[in-house]
Amino acid sequence: MTYPDKKGHFGEFGGRFVPETLIALLDELERNFYALQSDKKFQKEFKDYLAEYAGRPTRLYFAKRLSQQLKTLNVYLKREDLLHTGAHKINNTIGQILVARRMGKTRIIAETGAGQHGVATATVCALFGLTCEVYMGAEDVERQSLNVMRMRLLGAKVIPVTSGSQTLKDAMNEAIRDWVTNVRNTFYIIGSVAGPHPYPLMVREFQAVIGREARNQFLSKEKKLPDYLLACVGGGSNAMGLFHAFYNDRSVKMIGVEAAGLGLNSDQHSAALAAGTVGVLHGSKSKLLQDADGQVKMAHSIAAGLDYPGVGPEHSYYKKTGRARYVSVSDAGALRGLKLLSQTEGIIPALETAHAISYLEKLAREVKKKSSVIVCLSGRGDKDVASLKGIL
Amino acid sequence: MNRIDLTFQTLRDKKKKAFLAFITAGDPSLKATEELVLAFERSGVDIVELGVPFSDPLADGPTIQASSQRALNNKVSLEKIIRTVENIRKRSNIPIVLMTYYNPVFSLGEERFVRQAKQAGVDGVIIPDLPPEEAAQLIRVAKKADFRTIFFISPTTTSQRMKTIVKASTGFIYYVSLTGVTGSRSKLPSDIVHQIKKAKRLTKQPICIGFGISNPTQVKELSRISDGVIVGSAIVKAIVKNQGKANLVRNVESFVRSLTAQR
Repeated sequence: MTYPDKKGHFGEFGGRFVPETLIALLDELERNFYALQSDKKFQKEFKDYLAEYAGRPTRLYFAKRLSQQLKTLNVYLKREDLLHTGAHKINNTIGQILVARRMGKTRIIAETGAGQHGVATATVCALFGLTCEVYMGAEDVERQSLNVMRMRLLGAKVIPVTSGSQTLKDAMNEAIRDWVTNVRNTFYIIGSVAGPHPYPLMVREFQAVIGREARNQFLSKEKKLPDYLLACVGGGSNAMGLFHAFYNDRSVKMIGVEAAGLGLNSDQHSAALAAGTVGVLHGSKSKLLQDADGQVKMAHSIAAGLDYPGVGPEHSYYKKTGRARYVSVSDAGALRGLKLLSQTEGIIPALETAHAISYLEKLAREVKKKSSVIVCLSGRGDKDVASLKGIL
Repeated sequence: MNRIDLTFQTLRDKKKKAFLAFITAGDPSLKATEELVLAFERSGVDIVELGVPFSDPLADGPTIQASSQRALNNKVSLEKIIRTVENIRKRSNIPIVLMTYYNPVFSLGEERFVRQAKQAGVDGVIIPDLPPEEAAQLIRVAKKADFRTIFFISPTTTSQRMKTIVKASTGFIYYVSLTGVTGSRSKLPSDIVHQIKKAKRLTKQPICIGFGISNPTQVKELSRISDGVIVGSAIVKAIVKNQGKANLVRNVESFVRSLTAQR
């Protein structure tokens, strides 16, 4: 059976938990999305923008010095950081804005944590001449000021959100409030495999190009499949993008890396899959960091893009069925990963991605024999450099 | 008979419309909530909606968001609110429904929630982020317990969906006056009459209008085209204005009286 089912459920997860006002729109979006899946003209348009504008396909780069240092692993980097705007987020924003145009929507809103999705959304809005407003937690506006500048330069309005934890979760609350209010002319470009159905499905389909390319590239280079896939998980769009094409390749082991922040016992982390329980937030049922009364807890991570108490429902499903394994890496571990890749390969990864890189050291110790691993290098680290002053 | 049904029947017999008052339970305190509910009964409120505070109130505007946060700061939880209703029931028979986001209910467990709430004297529940399609389990356990599940119709609801909602709803139907979040508005959309007429053709159940209603004039106008009006943020604001004052309850009561007089 292919997931999600007709109501957007991945087993017990997913679904559509939103105010009534949004249901008609989600139905309309779902109809459009399914129709466009088999619309050759749309698919060609999407593919052309990915190639000509975003810069696909991205390279699958063999990281030789890193592999030598790790000894037991041959590491291949799927270079999403080389895409236009510097992260995998652009794959999805191109897809969604094309859907929005087909639906005749004139105004775009988005939420952003690290600012990568905000930048990717502002970029496609500039490209197609649509109004763009991006909700961003006030704390994230602070720590990702470079991306705030980029969004403003691209003509987007960045709205700092001062409620709650002032991070991604609250930005998403505020974006949903805007959406409910302006539902008739506004399209909400959600940045991860989260939110109400059909978003987790739609974002997965737009990001699945990562895994499809990587699979072909690895097969033609190595004449076999990789042993491992590795990606960081906040909401989980780059991980799902990489994993999806390998779903039926049972020999390929998938590992998602969550942010352990100051440690899983500290209450200061973002590891919803490792330490959360099933709950409902932002339109879908999934693993969630919450207290005994069902109140959502504040997440923490050094990486703004992982600083979210929930996770996409399909990841909860992958975890429950054992198709993927989920581990976590702390703030300090991420900084080690950041330095490791920068100094062995001359590639500065985003702090989010650095969590996945860091886990390579552990994986290298775990494997019994020489193994190959594809890491989704989801974003570049330029955006973080300013905030790392004084830490590194 | 369920208190909600009884209330609407009585109102119908008297050819009167319902007035529903919303407040966040536990703001400024659960003790104050008890007193306010009794004051509402004195001032002619027909049904009370007690809001369960939630960390991520995405259907609410700034007034109820802030109120919700204050209640959470007071460590208010769904179970404590249910116990508060139990206390209220010693002194009042006014119909009470809980308005809560889904996660606190899911976390407690739907069956346990309905059992505890019903036992304490709660008459029904309104869950803004739970459409009927995801509510099968709740509807099932509620039906067995004679507990009302109130669903929403909005300005964007299609005729096809109205059928599903009308079928799932018991007690009454909540019509959302506008596309947007809770909070006072000076002007309300003109398509309300049209949508309510459409829904009326599908059901004999009472339809009450909420969201954005804040003053006596609006109460008067909307009472005419519906079976009841719901006021929330404006009452919460009145509570905030009187916070810390000895005559909080009396002042809020007189504001609510100015509204109930208009229906």
